Amino acid sequence: MTTLIERPDELTPEGPRGPAGIEEVEHEHAHHEGPSGWLKWLTSTDHKVIGKSYMITSLVIFFMAGVMALFIRAQLAQPDSSLLSFQTYNELFTMHGSLMLYLFAGPFAFGGLANYIVPIQIGAPDMAYPRLNALSYWLYLSGSITMISGFFVAGGAASFAWVAYAPLSNATNSPGAGPDLWLISLGLTGFSAIFTGVNLVGTIFYLRAPGMTMFRMPIFTWNMLVTGILILIAFPVLFAAVVMLFCDRHFGTHIFSVQGGGSPVLWQHLFWFFGHPEVYILALPFFGIVTDIIPVFSRKPLFGYRGMVFATMAIAALSTGVWAHHMFTTGVVLLPFFSLLSYLIAVPTGIKFFNWIGTMWRGQISFKTPMLFSVGFLFAFLMGGVTGVLLASPPVDFQVHDTYFVVAHFHQVLIGTTVFAGFAGFYFWYPKMFGRMLREGLGKAHFWFLFIGFWLTFMPQYLLGLQGMPRRIAEYSTAPGWQGLNDLSTAGAFIIGFSFLFFLVNLVVSWRKPVAAGDNPWDGHALEWFTSSPPPHHNFTHLPPIRSERPTWDYNHPEARTLIHKKSDGASAAARSEKAPVEVDA
Amino acid sequence: MKIEARFLVGLGVVFAALAVSYFFLAHEPAGVAMLVGAVGLGLLPGSYYLWWSHHMKPRPEDDEDATIEDNAGTIESFPGSSIWPFVLGMGAFAAALTFVFGLWLAPIAAVLIVTAAIGGTVESRRGGAV
Repeated sequence: MTTLIERPDELTPEGPRGPAGIEEVEHEHAHHEGPSGWLKWLTSTDHKVIGKSYMITSLVIFFMAGVMALFIRAQLAQPDSSLLSFQTYNELFTMHGSLMLYLFAGPFAFGGLANYIVPIQIGAPDMAYPRLNALSYWLYLSGSITMISGFFVAGGAASFAWVAYAPLSNATNSPGAGPDLWLISLGLTGFSAIFTGVNLVGTIFYLRAPGMTMFRMPIFTWNMLVTGILILIAFPVLFAAVVMLFCDRHFGTHIFSVQGGGSPVLWQHLFWFFGHPEVYILALPFFGIVTDIIPVFSRKPLFGYRGMVFATMAIAALSTGVWAHHMFTTGVVLLPFFSLLSYLIAVPTGIKFFNWIGTMWRGQISFKTPMLFSVGFLFAFLMGGVTGVLLASPPVDFQVHDTYFVVAHFHQVLIGTTVFAGFAGFYFWYPKMFGRMLREGLGKAHFWFLFIGFWLTFMPQYLLGLQGMPRRIAEYSTAPGWQGLNDLSTAGAFIIGFSFLFFLVNLVVSWRKPVAAGDNPWDGHALEWFTSSPPPHHNFTHLPPIRSERPTWDYNHPEARTLIHKKSDGASAAARSEKAPVEVDA
Repeated sequence: MKIEARFLVGLGVVFAALAVSYFFLAHEPAGVAMLVGAVGLGLLPGSYYLWWSHHMKPRPEDDEDATIEDNAGTIESFPGSSIWPFVLGMGAFAAALTFVFGLWLAPIAAVLIVTAAIGGTVESRRGGAV
């Protein structure tokens, strides 16, 4: 069953694709074809199959959580609606948040897109630990089933919000099997994330193609490396916290209960030390996606490559020191420390925005669907980010903490990243994964309905929050204007839901009437566009010479080589010491 | 390998600065403990890489002028397909559910996990080059 991957030690004749790269040599008694059908899905260790499994599973969960959101918004269309009972409402917003954050946003990025794309972008035949990768998926799937099965046990699903604050989450206030299922689901999916993080770091450190130095990796790969490190910082803390909470619930410990000498705030410290890096685990991969998309559709190299890399590292480093800005109102955290570091995160994020705009500046922009979603991301994330800067100020936070202002803020951040940028990546790489195009018209309709619905849903929530409407309530005051704003928000949410019908139709159309994508439909930059669509087993039959951060583009545009990159084909020591890419103003 | 090492050591140093300032300013033990853990995550593998990067030849993937042929030969041995991750995953699933639905699941979990451990090990041995 084992396949040895070899690179030939002599040049094979120049084919249409240039010199030979990886060649697969089948080991004696080995057959890499393996089983087919269901058994293939169960036994595959190919990162492409696992990545697609991750993506499909997480999209199914995304739609489930989206339907829950529509129920929540339908309940809030009237101040005293009786559509849902209070208990059901609590379960729905808890599971909406948990499914979206734990089971969709992260796994879609680092389990789905990154798993599929990162090895191809660095010229690797597979992830470094293929069987560990498969195990990650099975832990993720079983964890997802565990969490959702909470709806089918006596007492219902967890209903203490996705943050599970003590003492609401203890055995007295949240009895039953649902909360326990929620906790062990976090254990399973947490380990799935940790294994994927290890796999990403190992792959990026050890399986790059010759010439693919660290500072030639596509930004998506860089961001996944940093995300992998953040996963290793954050998820073990979450697992520890979950174990402690489980012990409090069942084994008589008093870690988070005041009666036994514990501290409920400790849960918040542990949870948010996970939770804030988690926000960037959900953001950095998507920053990477748009950073890969914008240069391709602006027909320019990325502006400020190194600035992007260091901005990513700075965001990751700072994100570990800001956890308690979620806890300002507890009154027991060091306000200036966390406020200052939270403000500082705006600086590298601003550098990223500057570079994205700089990349588009005077470029030949073509607004294909992936680019449209990327630009939508810029608007959405800007609004979410700016309101985040407001919330980093303790006086403002004291006013609007636990109101709809915070709800609107983090939905704009997370929909900006996971939905706008996430679907930008999906539209961008779908031709590579399935060898067929998605329709432009349907994709653009998806974008515009999503974009309009997005602003209509969340702008009224800012106003509601400023007027003091608390979050996580099933009924609200009949104060003047509140119902009108809530109705606008509900209408927007249903427009968002409607926009995804275009996406589903688009998928169906592309399967019924396929339009072949070819290897490189977008004139892409990174290595994934060099191989076939979908890539062969172990990804490459040939590799181009890697002389810059966009090897495929260099290969397809030899005429631009002398313009943009100084020649580095000579192996002399002098050439070696020079910095290879030098920009020339044409 | 040098850049990888600097990347990890750099993260460790930044977290160390955060941890020290937090220790003296906040007087709150949980955050200090977690930040010290993050320092270890950066410095332990980082210093190991740093040591190695001075004791090894640069790899082709660290060389800006490397050609594809420089890395000729076997890259790694990859499993073509394997059922054992699935079996191990289901074992972990059963083990986790034990905490909610009772100890009757524990023997099932144990059998699955032990089978997968043995199966995976034997599979690597059969596969040849390890």
